[in-house]
Amino acid sequence: MLVIHCPYCQAERPELEFANAGEAHIVRPNNMSDMTDAEFEKMFFVRENPKGVNLERWRHIHGCGRFFNAIRHTVSDKFLKVYKAGAPRPSDAEIAELMK
Amino acid sequence: MNPSGQQQFRLPGRGSRIGAKSVRFTFDNKPYEALEGDTLASALLANGVHLMGRSFKYHRPRGVLAAGVEEPNALMQISRDNARTTPNVRASVQEVYDGLQAQSQNRFPTLNFDIGGVNNLLSPFFAAGFYYKTFKWPAAAWDKIYEPFIRRAAGLGQAPTEDDPDRYSNRFAHCDVLIIGGGAAGLMAAKLAAKKKQTIIICDENPHFGGWLLSDTDIRIDGKAGPDWAADTITELAAMNNVRLLNRTTGIGYFQQNMVVLNQRITEHQSKPESGDARERMWQVRAGKVIIAQGAIERHMVFPDNDRPGIMQASAAQSFLNKFGVAVGSQVAVYTACDTAYAAAFDLAEEGIDIPIIVEHRTDIADDLLAQASELGIRVITGAVVEGTGGKLRINSVTFAKQNGNDRETIEVDALITSAGWTPSLHLYSQSRGKPQWDEDTQRFLPGESPQECVSIGACNGTDDLSDIFAEAAKCTGSRAPRHAIEDDVSTMSGFIGATGTSADKGKAFVDFQNDVTAKDIALAVREGMHSIEHVKRYTTNGMATDQGKLSNMHGLAIASKLLKKPIPAVGLTTFRAPYTPTTFGSFVGHSRGRLFDPIRQTPIHDWAVENGAEFEPVSQWRRAWYFPRSGEDMHQAVDRECQTVRSVAGVFDASTLGKIEVVGPDAAAFMNIIYTNGWDKLKPGRAKYGIMCREDGFIYDDGVVGKLSNNRFHVTTTTGGAPRVLNHMEDFLQTEFPDMRVWLTSTSEQWATIAVQGPKARQIIEPLITGVTISNEKFPHMSVVECNVCGVPARLFRISFTGELGFEINVPADYGRAVWEAVWERAEPLGACVYGTEAMHVMRAEKGYIIVGQDTDGTVTPYDAGLSWAIAKAKPDFVGKRGLQRPDLMAQGRRQLVGLATKDPSKVLEEGAQIVADPTCPVPMKMIGFVTSSYWSGTLGKSVALALIEDGTNLIGKSLYAPMADEVIEVEVTGTVFYDTKGERLHG
Amino acid sequence: MRNFNALNLAREALRGHKGWGQQWRNPEPKKSYDVIIVGAGGHGLGTAYYLAKEHGVENIAVLEKGWLGGGNTGRNTTIIRSNYLYDESAGLYNHALKLWENLSQELNYNVMFSQRGVMMLAHNVHDVQSAQRHIHANRLNGVDNEWLTPQQAKDYCPPLNISKSSRYPVMGAALQRRGGVARHDAVAWGYARQASAMGVDIIQNCEVTGINRATSGEVTGVETTKGPIGAKQVGVVAAGHTSVLMEMAGVQMPLESYPLQALVSEPVKPVFPCVAMSNAVHAYISQSDKGELVIGAGTDSYLSYSQTGSMHILQHTLDAIIELYPMFNRMKMLRTWGGIVDVTPDRSPILAKTPVKGLYVNCGWGTGGFKATPGSANVFAHTIAKDEPHSINAGFTLERFRNGRLIDEAAAAAVAH
Repeated sequence: MLVIHCPYCQAERPELEFANAGEAHIVRPNNMSDMTDAEFEKMFFVRENPKGVNLERWRHIHGCGRFFNAIRHTVSDKFLKVYKAGAPRPSDAEIAELMK
Repeated sequence: MNPSGQQQFRLPGRGSRIGAKSVRFTFDNKPYEALEGDTLASALLANGVHLMGRSFKYHRPRGVLAAGVEEPNALMQISRDNARTTPNVRASVQEVYDGLQAQSQNRFPTLNFDIGGVNNLLSPFFAAGFYYKTFKWPAAAWDKIYEPFIRRAAGLGQAPTEDDPDRYSNRFAHCDVLIIGGGAAGLMAAKLAAKKKQTIIICDENPHFGGWLLSDTDIRIDGKAGPDWAADTITELAAMNNVRLLNRTTGIGYFQQNMVVLNQRITEHQSKPESGDARERMWQVRAGKVIIAQGAIERHMVFPDNDRPGIMQASAAQSFLNKFGVAVGSQVAVYTACDTAYAAAFDLAEEGIDIPIIVEHRTDIADDLLAQASELGIRVITGAVVEGTGGKLRINSVTFAKQNGNDRETIEVDALITSAGWTPSLHLYSQSRGKPQWDEDTQRFLPGESPQECVSIGACNGTDDLSDIFAEAAKCTGSRAPRHAIEDDVSTMSGFIGATGTSADKGKAFVDFQNDVTAKDIALAVREGMHSIEHVKRYTTNGMATDQGKLSNMHGLAIASKLLKKPIPAVGLTTFRAPYTPTTFGSFVGHSRGRLFDPIRQTPIHDWAVENGAEFEPVSQWRRAWYFPRSGEDMHQAVDRECQTVRSVAGVFDASTLGKIEVVGPDAAAFMNIIYTNGWDKLKPGRAKYGIMCREDGFIYDDGVVGKLSNNRFHVTTTTGGAPRVLNHMEDFLQTEFPDMRVWLTSTSEQWATIAVQGPKARQIIEPLITGVTISNEKFPHMSVVECNVCGVPARLFRISFTGELGFEINVPADYGRAVWEAVWERAEPLGACVYGTEAMHVMRAEKGYIIVGQDTDGTVTPYDAGLSWAIAKAKPDFVGKRGLQRPDLMAQGRRQLVGLATKDPSKVLEEGAQIVADPTCPVPMKMIGFVTSSYWSGTLGKSVALALIEDGTNLIGKSLYAPMADEVIEVEVTGTVFYDTKGERLHG
Repeated sequence: MRNFNALNLAREALRGHKGWGQQWRNPEPKKSYDVIIVGAGGHGLGTAYYLAKEHGVENIAVLEKGWLGGGNTGRNTTIIRSNYLYDESAGLYNHALKLWENLSQELNYNVMFSQRGVMMLAHNVHDVQSAQRHIHANRLNGVDNEWLTPQQAKDYCPPLNISKSSRYPVMGAALQRRGGVARHDAVAWGYARQASAMGVDIIQNCEVTGINRATSGEVTGVETTKGPIGAKQVGVVAAGHTSVLMEMAGVQMPLESYPLQALVSEPVKPVFPCVAMSNAVHAYISQSDKGELVIGAGTDSYLSYSQTGSMHILQHTLDAIIELYPMFNRMKMLRTWGGIVDVTPDRSPILAKTPVKGLYVNCGWGTGGFKATPGSANVFAHTIAKDEPHSINAGFTLERFRNGRLIDEAAAAAVAH
């Protein structure tokens, strides 16, 4: 069972309080109707699924209820960073720094 | 020794772990005596019983091999009663209690005479992987003849056949330091860490802390004998309130982020457990740091016929002697490639037990060992191998020779103890996702770095010397190295891996005892191309028995490596998986049984329904009142009566399980516009509307009536099962896609009790209970909502209908639910109304063509398919699902659409799930164009009604289709979805 | 290659089994092949086998980063059934089931396919409706599946708790008698042995690190830890690692990889005669020929390539098992393990050509790929050999996520595979 730091509660809590909510930073465009079928497919179905650093969403569903983002390594399952929803995606350089 | 026949191999005055009190137990129904503190194995050995089991495949007679958890042979069925019976208990671990009943396993009719032993004679046929090569003809014979035979022969003990009456508990714990293993290393680490005021949990799988200190009488720490030093250290630790000592507690699994799972046995050693005590407790410990001090496990020697009862590990013999005061024989030969076996031999010799020979595999032996042997009159032959043993149910001779075959000799013995060196226990280290490193010098895998906060110390780290172990304990706790005067007799625990001598190629030289894997089997696997150790393991089953390769893995690896001419690390190491030792399911389950497995949700009106004779159906987490049979009624009759009463008079229904969400805020309507396909701008406060929501992909996700209480407040209802996921779905969009919207969402499912009153007399029933509003048809038309008082309780009253009749739904705070229900019922009953359950609700809504999401839709159905295009506000610039609905396949012609079906024979009720075809004469596989989603007998209409999803269904209305059943074909006519009151006039009554 | 039969076994028994040769060669890679299959699990080895046997392709390699059969082929709970709802699924899995029924003979390798029946329990009215829908559709598709009352289910599976007072009472079950289990390793080994004998090079410990493409886009070969290897066609059959491999060719996949756990108990004498699955309670269980109870657990909720799962997943699985079979509470867990399963949005596999010429993919089997092994391999071989899908796998495209023509078994039935 993972221990996850909720950036809103500023506390570590067991995974049982959280729900994983899939890949982070998928943009839902304002002009949905203008999307091509391929763009819709990419947004709704295609996933990075990386073996390595994953940017993912969690919800502290049995806690504060907030969605937030996390960077986790999918081989070690270690969390490198958590940050609030809406905060910008960390740059690749920043992620590389976290990996060290 | 005691000549009386009972415990004749007990040595008075020896044994640090046994008491004076004697206890009685039975083995295969024969009574024996033991001493308190004995294990079942030591107790049987004290009585001269070595034959304790039969092997898995060849049914060879087997004795106890080990004194610990690695025991592969002496597995027994231990029973307190019929329900409390446990298979495959290791006799070397089970503590004897007064009245213990043990049975041997995998033998018929008796342990001494086992018909399955014929397999031993056929063993050339049963080499590794034999079953892959045969039993293929005829094809049908495998699962009819061969497999049942193999299944009966395999398996060990018997599974219980009754429910387990025992309790198990579960506990979470946090600590700064978790120490696994309470031997010298673990105890010293605990002592040092405790001084730093850290919170500590230290566990040991044995009844007593001390580890090897309890088995070796020659160790002195600060002048104290090992057991005494251990006892003093425990006393010291027990007095500290920052230390928790857990004996009989095994570290079974190492999970992410330093969570280690411990299994504690609480009553398994007790003669009469207290009735309230849990049998086992599972600890899930989150530790700042984990110190693994699991120790090492001695390997046996691999030579022909190395499995006769009376042959065991040298360390086991030493433990039986020093912990339990039991001699494993009177003439005990030794076969070793490791110094530690000498200590065992010397301890036995000092007790006056004859040690006729030490067969030493190595050529270069420390002088002091040879000198000490000579002093005790023990003959040592070096550079030698054991070529075989004699005996049937017990070893009676051993044949040995120089490695070149010279000087062959056979002597009589009644026991043979062996040591091939010690394998560091890397189980938990490896489970922490660490990668074991091969140490060429000592021929062992050792822990490398761990990705987690953990460190291995002591024998599991390959450290043999006690001073070095203490230094490691100091280092890992950040302490200064303690100064202790240490006397120890043995320096190295490394030894030999693989099969000794060429004779192993001839006879049966067992690598894995329980699974009957021999050195020849490993060789066969390699010959057949199994070059990865995982292949060797899976092909031969080496290491897959209940000891999970604790004894056999390294030998198997070494034999394969030698044959492949590849270094050991290149052949690989099989993965260590949890649990470290077999662990009772019950301790994982803990309290999660019966009613606590998954709590049942009940409405505030549930008890009333129970008291009034309802039958219930499980619906998601709820139990809902299904129907209310009156005396003599079956389900069909009750449902018919309920439906007809509602349609002719009225009925009262508990709708409290419906999900309810309060959507509040200045942007509430804008948010509703995003989440639902419908438009919400024009809805006026005080009005309600049926809403549909999709996922982004355009398929129906949930539905329900939504009441608009004010411009910034909506009372949303969802399906019974859908409430949590709908709220999560809404929160997701609100928080992450539309965070600027000023909207707040609150689950109110459990806060409101919902009482539906439906039927022509509905208004008459509730009107007198309402205060504050008028509910006339004009003032309060269909699809209205108002806040008022019902029975003096603040309520939200809806005028809605899921039956097609004039209907109301009263929402009151849940605590008042039953009182208001009773008040309503008090009005309803004298008017001839009924209470109805979910089945009648289903029938009536189907008569009206109202869908149930999840029954008439299934995640592949769009609102258009369901005939709900009117609920899609196409002009809205955006809603969830809008883009998904525009995908080619979702807009294609001829999709399955919801229609009604009328059976040509109106008395025939279709089966839900029945498939519909256009041409019933077409051969299998038939082209199916749809299926029945809902189907009921309508007593009101005197005919069956059904809803179905049919390809291009709306264009087929009036056409005949067919439902081919197993024994008949039912003809149906496609109809509209509304069967009753097609104009919908009754709603407005 | 020496025939496996009782007579040869008896002969060999008399001379210490010295005459058995290698079941498969362990060659070094050639410079190039006509077809390279990436991934030596059952699906990949089977693909090579059918390419060689049914399509006459002569120059084939199967590349495996670890040891053959070491992925999900050797880590699953070996359940085999074909009672799927949709025509596409029923067609594919029933094709597989028919091949299973003769696979031991076909491969001259006893894969121990045991048709002891797979029973799927219904715990509420919704489950019953769903099971009936399956049974009716299966019957018209020629797939056996029948309804059992609770008592009939208990008769078929005596350890089952059918008490009405249990938390999720059993309201009946759908039984596919032709379903069952097989010996998972033997499937990989059997295909490997026959493929190798027909000249397929199975190259273990050879990890693919890149997929090479010509400037015109088509596949030209792969980079590996044993150097570059040329190929006209490449089939990726790599389960949980598919996304990583396809990314090398610039193809992004609708896949997510999750850890899935399973466990076995200590072996006991025969006590559980069939395979039983429950979706509502999420438990599936059978007993192996060795006597172990084989129990499938769920996936963790997050992406992971770690092949290890969480304690609470194991606990929840055993909670469910004990709820249905309370007599097993004193049994002991012997071993747990994990695999990485690749899951598609509609929980159905992808068996298809890709936008890259010469590149094919077989993935997305989620938690249920073992049962499909021979059928999947057979039609995937066809897809590669003909450069177009077999009619059986024509629906299992990548494009379905673009046009919306999903094969949504999960949505339709909420049934675990």
